[in-house]
Amino acid sequence: MPKTIREINEKIKRGEAVVVTAEEIIDIAEEKGVKKAAQEVDVVTTATFGPMCSSGAYLNIGHSKPRIKLGGGRAYLNDVPVYTGFAAVDILIGANALPDDDPRNKIHPGEFSYGGGHVIEDLVAGKDLKLTATAYGTDCYPRKKLETWINIKDLNETVLFNPRNAYQNYNVAVNLSDRVIYTYMGILKPELSNANYCSAGQLSPLLNDPYYKTIGIGTRIFLGGGVGYVAWQGTQHNPTAPRTPNGVPRTGAGTLAVMGDLKKMSPEYLKGTTMTGYGTTLTVGIGIPIPILDEEILTYTTVKDEDIYAQVIDYSQAYPEFKPGSLGEVSYRELKSGRILVQGKEVPTGSLSSYARAKEIADILKNWIKRDKFLLTEPVQSLPSADSGLTFKPLKERPLE
Amino acid sequence: MQKKKVVLTFPYKLINQPITYHLVKDYDLKVNILRARINPREEGRLMIEISGKEQSLEKGMNYLKELGVETQSLAQDIRWLDEKCTHCTVCIPICPTEAIILDRNQMIVSFDKDKCIGCGLCVPACPYKAVEILF
Repeated sequence: MPKTIREINEKIKRGEAVVVTAEEIIDIAEEKGVKKAAQEVDVVTTATFGPMCSSGAYLNIGHSKPRIKLGGGRAYLNDVPVYTGFAAVDILIGANALPDDDPRNKIHPGEFSYGGGHVIEDLVAGKDLKLTATAYGTDCYPRKKLETWINIKDLNETVLFNPRNAYQNYNVAVNLSDRVIYTYMGILKPELSNANYCSAGQLSPLLNDPYYKTIGIGTRIFLGGGVGYVAWQGTQHNPTAPRTPNGVPRTGAGTLAVMGDLKKMSPEYLKGTTMTGYGTTLTVGIGIPIPILDEEILTYTTVKDEDIYAQVIDYSQAYPEFKPGSLGEVSYRELKSGRILVQGKEVPTGSLSSYARAKEIADILKNWIKRDKFLLTEPVQSLPSADSGLTFKPLKERPLE
Repeated sequence: MQKKKVVLTFPYKLINQPITYHLVKDYDLKVNILRARINPREEGRLMIEISGKEQSLEKGMNYLKELGVETQSLAQDIRWLDEKCTHCTVCIPICPTEAIILDRNQMIVSFDKDKCIGCGLCVPACPYKAVEILF
């Protein structure tokens, strides 16, 4: 008999819910069979911890005396530009923002040791940040300049808002050229000397719910060490990506836009990140609980690394020039073994996504549910799935003349 | 046969002296230069792997000390900041001597100081600046 989220929540309130991680469910289902496992297990926790470039935070700093209108002006936090297109004292920090003219970025390949992602980490860590701003001055907001230290504890709303997180699968990056390249997938040594991947594989949220049957708008999640929610599909959400017979995408597919109260988060799960020669970003820790409503949903959570495939893409030419096609497909079991075969060559692998940290988050979320009565939510709206026909389109460039 | 990695700091007045030559010829030591920075009018720094009989090593190190060359074990110059490491594993294929080890059961990364030659390739590769090389 299928369960409902309400029933599962009642069990959670009574302290009786059976909660396991997406790694543990694999052996449980193998031992007991899918039917029994689906009856006995109430929630499977999934997680991921990796660099997620489309991340940011918006904050309201409160009004100064006399008032200033940052909207339409220019503002910086620790010399990193923040977006001032929203009202008088609402500012938006993006993970990839970089200081104007940073001398450390002028010598190839560029250090990029401090940017928006690091500002967000410093903010959530409770450090003082330097705010410098100029504005054009109006009758009601006469002030033209503001220089002050700010601290998260004194701010009004401080919201982590990430337009694209938790990618459902991703590429494996290699370099076919004869010189080192510096990319968002890390430093890639020439002539297929290393291969970098970025996914938590069998622990990854959307890979455990490939058709988004339980994860949707309003799903309550672990985000950055605190509680967050799925706000929308993420940008580049591509549910129509090619999939294996058991529904697992073979390439980057779904994504999530997530948000939560930054004041309750932790710098341990929101880390400023440097990709040498590329830029800065934010590494985000996310954990998503999957309610086991029926056997079908349980079956999806038993996905193993050996059942999940990724495409090997050349980042020296094919990727930058937007040329389609891949050099081959490899499973996450092969990737995690440390060596994959590409064009007949054995290539050592590295991951940008921390499996160890993902495991930790899945365990923490398990404890939140079992011990702290973290309740699951029913999505208020489903994410577009494979039957929606939604595809991630390239830019249709139209010259101005 | 004993082997160790040291960082030598030469004061300005010793820049013109062929110290490595003396270590090899007078003390019968094998010297492998891993990294060198000699600036005229400033001090020089040499990161070397030095090997030989225990007694010869001792005598060689004393010779350096008497000359006024500062010696420091390499392990102190490469710092692994465990609290910053997220165990992502992107450094694993970068290290040429497997001084960075991955336990594939737990997917936990650790650092073997003795295998490190101080090449520094891991430093720009780490997205969280968990490795520092002070040279």
